[in-house]
Amino acid sequence: MASSMIGSRVERTEDKKFITGKGRYTADITLHGQTYAFFIRSPHARAKIKKVDISKALAAPGVVTILTGQDIIKDKIGGLIAGWKIVSKDGTDMKLPAHPPLAHDQVNYVGDHVAVVIAESLEEARNAAELVNVDYKVLTAVVNTASAMTSEAIYEGIDKNLCFDWELGDKAKTEEAFAKADRIVHLKLNNNRLVPNAMEPRASIGEYNSSTDDLTLYTTSQNPHLTRLVISAFNGVHPEHKFRVVAPDVGGGFGSKIYPYAEDVVIAYAAKKIGRPVKWVCERTDSFLSDCHGRDHVTEAELAVRKDGIVTGLRVNTIANLGGYGSLFATVTPTYLYAPLIVGLYNIPAAYCNVKAVFTNTAPVDAYRGAGRPEATYLIERIMDQAANEMGMDRAEFRKKNFITAFPHQQCLVHNIDSGDYHAHFNKALELADYKGFAKRKADSAAKGKLRGIGFSTYIEACGIAPSSVVMSIGAGVGLWESAEVRFNATGNISVFTGAHSHGQGHATTFAQIVADKLGVPMANIDLVHGDTDKGPFGMGTYGSRSLAVGGSAISKACDKIIDKGKRVAAHMLESTPDEIDFKDGEFIVRNSNKKKTIGEIAFACYLPGTYGEIKSPLPAGVEPGLKETAFYDPINFSFPSGSHVCEVEIDQDTGVTKVVKYSCVDDFGTLINPMIVEGQVHGGLAQGIGQALYENAYYDETGQLVTASYMDYAMPRADHFPEFKIEYTCTPATSNPLGVKGCGEAGAIASPPAVMNAVIDAIGTDISMPATSEKVWQALRTKVKSAKKAA
Amino acid sequence: MKSFNYHSASTVAEATGLASKASAYLSGGMTMIPSMKMRLASYKDVIDVKKIKQLHGIKVSSKSVTIGAATKHAEVAQSKEIKKAIPALCTLAGKIGDAQVRNRGTLGGSIANNDPTACYPSACLALNAIIHTSERKIEAAKFFTGMFETALKKGELIVAVEFSIPEKSSYVKFPNPASRYAMVGVFVAKHKAGVQVAVTGAKAGIYREKAIEQALDKNFSEKALDNIIIDSSDLNSDIHASADYRASLIISSAKQAVAHCK
Amino acid sequence: MKSVTLEVNGKKVTKTIEDHLLLSSFIREQLNLTGTHVGCDTSQCGACVVHVDGKSVKSCTLLAADIDGSAVTTIEGLSTNGELHPMQAAFKKHHGLQCGFCTPGMIMSSVDLLNNNKNPSDAEIREWLEGNICRCTGYQNIVAAVKEAAQNS
Repeated sequence: MASSMIGSRVERTEDKKFITGKGRYTADITLHGQTYAFFIRSPHARAKIKKVDISKALAAPGVVTILTGQDIIKDKIGGLIAGWKIVSKDGTDMKLPAHPPLAHDQVNYVGDHVAVVIAESLEEARNAAELVNVDYKVLTAVVNTASAMTSEAIYEGIDKNLCFDWELGDKAKTEEAFAKADRIVHLKLNNNRLVPNAMEPRASIGEYNSSTDDLTLYTTSQNPHLTRLVISAFNGVHPEHKFRVVAPDVGGGFGSKIYPYAEDVVIAYAAKKIGRPVKWVCERTDSFLSDCHGRDHVTEAELAVRKDGIVTGLRVNTIANLGGYGSLFATVTPTYLYAPLIVGLYNIPAAYCNVKAVFTNTAPVDAYRGAGRPEATYLIERIMDQAANEMGMDRAEFRKKNFITAFPHQQCLVHNIDSGDYHAHFNKALELADYKGFAKRKADSAAKGKLRGIGFSTYIEACGIAPSSVVMSIGAGVGLWESAEVRFNATGNISVFTGAHSHGQGHATTFAQIVADKLGVPMANIDLVHGDTDKGPFGMGTYGSRSLAVGGSAISKACDKIIDKGKRVAAHMLESTPDEIDFKDGEFIVRNSNKKKTIGEIAFACYLPGTYGEIKSPLPAGVEPGLKETAFYDPINFSFPSGSHVCEVEIDQDTGVTKVVKYSCVDDFGTLINPMIVEGQVHGGLAQGIGQALYENAYYDETGQLVTASYMDYAMPRADHFPEFKIEYTCTPATSNPLGVKGCGEAGAIASPPAVMNAVIDAIGTDISMPATSEKVWQALRTKVKSAKKAA
Repeated sequence: MKSFNYHSASTVAEATGLASKASAYLSGGMTMIPSMKMRLASYKDVIDVKKIKQLHGIKVSSKSVTIGAATKHAEVAQSKEIKKAIPALCTLAGKIGDAQVRNRGTLGGSIANNDPTACYPSACLALNAIIHTSERKIEAAKFFTGMFETALKKGELIVAVEFSIPEKSSYVKFPNPASRYAMVGVFVAKHKAGVQVAVTGAKAGIYREKAIEQALDKNFSEKALDNIIIDSSDLNSDIHASADYRASLIISSAKQAVAHCK
Repeated sequence: MKSVTLEVNGKKVTKTIEDHLLLSSFIREQLNLTGTHVGCDTSQCGACVVHVDGKSVKSCTLLAADIDGSAVTTIEGLSTNGELHPMQAAFKKHHGLQCGFCTPGMIMSSVDLLNNNKNPSDAEIREWLEGNICRCTGYQNIVAAVKEAAQNS
């Protein structure tokens, strides 16, 4: 049974509760005596708060209390933090504005938190909120990414609205490559701003027990331990050992629930202050306004190419919009998660990247599925197409010429890639996509009056975040190891505690498969516990496609320790020595004999170490009772998934409507534990990436109002937008972790935007920015027709 | 949502009797309930008219199709009688909102709301509908008076809508990519007396596109629209579509509608 | 306040409620049936879909008072005697869910589709589901699940 668990399409054990309506999300929790919170948010993108008058509202029916920025000051509640320090190229530290959980002086984006009304019912809280009078002095908003540095400074002391001006790469060597280049290819790119839109809106419930001084926060988090750490250490709400954070079932995250938000801090603080439970559930419009957004880069890139098609250098200048404040992972996303990946999976000997991160009066921008890597991949894959087109080369052949072929490979920027075979997945993808048959399909489309295009995208991402010593040396505020505890119960079943958090990824199944495989115990006897700081050891949460590579490896290591101890106990019980004991399929066997003990027997013996026949105690001298092991796994390197995606689109010339008609991809995620779950991850990533390429865009008007603040205006991908995706794999196992896994959660969102855009541009023959909405495509076609007429 | 008193009327007289300055009629509620939830609208009394028998039923004569105001979109979409007489009406109803909206939303509610991006008003205008109310009969051309505005007086209730049966007709909707309301919707109806083309989603309110009507009157074919230029000066322009793009969509949608007319 | 009697998942319930109470709130807060979710304010996401008198509706856009006397089925009432409904079983088999938040609405909507169309094509399934947004699955396995359920129903 055991060895077949790895690579098996096991149906998810967590599904039953969800399909029967028994999931328990934060908003489903009702506590005795709970009150309801409603946040008053800034309607202005930038304004001074002159006065907050709560007197009328306080007298409204049902109101328990109203907290404002003044309370935050009075009670010394600390501000929200940016957890990764970036140092500018001139050696100075990044500059950050204060980020109080409730503003007292100035509001900096529409949706910024001004006050919270707490009442006996949500309706009473909302009614009272209408009576709170906030007197604002409206200031000019800075909205545009590209012109933020030349706009009025939002914050005193932050010149040019510049958080940092950072660089990576060997500038001189890159300049030299460009000086020698036969051809220099230029490209300007926008990476559109997105709203993560997990289907479950954020929610928090705070509960304080005054007799024990215990504070509990139930919240929609991908990362409950980190939330507890930050709210304790930085916001100073409650000491860590008396503070419990529970992230129950969480309805999707995609990065947007990694970091504690102002609401989490305020709800925890408010519950403690009033001594009653406080519940807050975000409405979708407020989610649009106040969830951290993703992407938002403006980039100029140049590629140095030899006339034989070999790429010799890459030079990139990016302006990254951080929004109104520096959010938790906001500063690492456009730097270390982005720049090292701009060279893609190509052997480019010299590269340089400058990133200027700017503040604007928009919602904070932070990690969103892929975080930096989609931006990097979009850049390199678009400019590779541009270069091939300019040089009249086949876009597929041009890529192949430049692939890295030998491993391990030290890239010119940062990463040392352990394994991969890029030709293998690219060739397989071309076959899967029937690239050879494309010309005929294009002709068929043309016969119907439609334009057809094909686009390629190859990618590499750095996942399995991350070796602690490496990331802490470049500014991370925490180590990025992961923890696990594997706890046998006396009756032989197992509780597995992980610091990773599942909000759709299926850890309960995948992690149980690992344990079942390692320990030879049936899946049904394994329970995965996560999401509660009172239960498992400190963990670093789920993001950056890290859960399996880092968290799964910690579980694997803990299982190894269990086996180790089991061997010692079994040896003692079987009158042998640990070296003589083999462990296989859940049994400890004395080599070359029929003497054996099952792991269940060993667990029982460990917990009930009485007399066993001749043996006084099953435990050898010095061995403690119980069978429970903890492991912290700190990876030795990132893992490097890669893949090749091919997209085909058909465009209606009258309306500009683009339809993705074919999508084929071949990914190398290393070893697959559960291919069914992996496929699901790829599907979801593709939908988000195709959404970015064709539909989604967070649009602020010039006054800083978010125009796309509901599903009425923000175009979410729906079922009828997609063809059936064709998905296959290649496998070069990762060498950086014991499972050989690389991570699969973000790949679809990383690879697909350039695949789609390259296909659209191939079809229409002119450059176009994301999202390629029907109007933009129509406009591009019209401009082309007009200029052709002029030329004639 | 702010509190209100809910009344369920069982006759037209009961409904109109309950009506006041601070009341609203509730039918499917597909627009009204979200508006109240977002506190964009509030009422003292909400008068549910769905259970009024007179507001239900589909009658088809040789000249017209009369549909009760409380008839749901799904019922219209699936009606075999309507499909025989005016198939385009079934197509139109089958494209409103989504399946769940069509299971609740009603014809009367849609036209009383007169959302400039709603589908039904285009059918009313192109099919010379007569709106039967609790007080009178109003021609469609006089019914839709502006954005979210109609000729209905306070307390006046739509009872039924009577559509005249054309020789052939068709409706083509180009959905907004986010809301899926009509970014442009074109209803083409060929009557004995001439072609009528009503456009929704493109302006502040529903209107007839005379340039297309004239061209189709001369030659009822897609080709006839090849060189038509729509004046885009008073067309809507927003983040989803500029006025010029809408003008172009009107032509392409009209062409499709002509091609599918039956 | 109104007294409302509904048959919810086969059981008769009578409650005195505020006139403006939404069906979604009634189900979640008064009956503690929290499988029906609320994911937006504009009636678009579909996480709140339930059946009223056998037809799928968005319970966040419906007054409880409005459907007095009706039969309501929520996700909790779909399985019978502990046996999963074929649609539920197919979602599990085909990995048609990830975070599970949109799932109850997605399943209730899909069941209604099969009530209307016993053997829908891929395109018909995708079109029908336009009122249900999923951010996790990319919809592919949902479509597979609905097809499987169509065969097994």
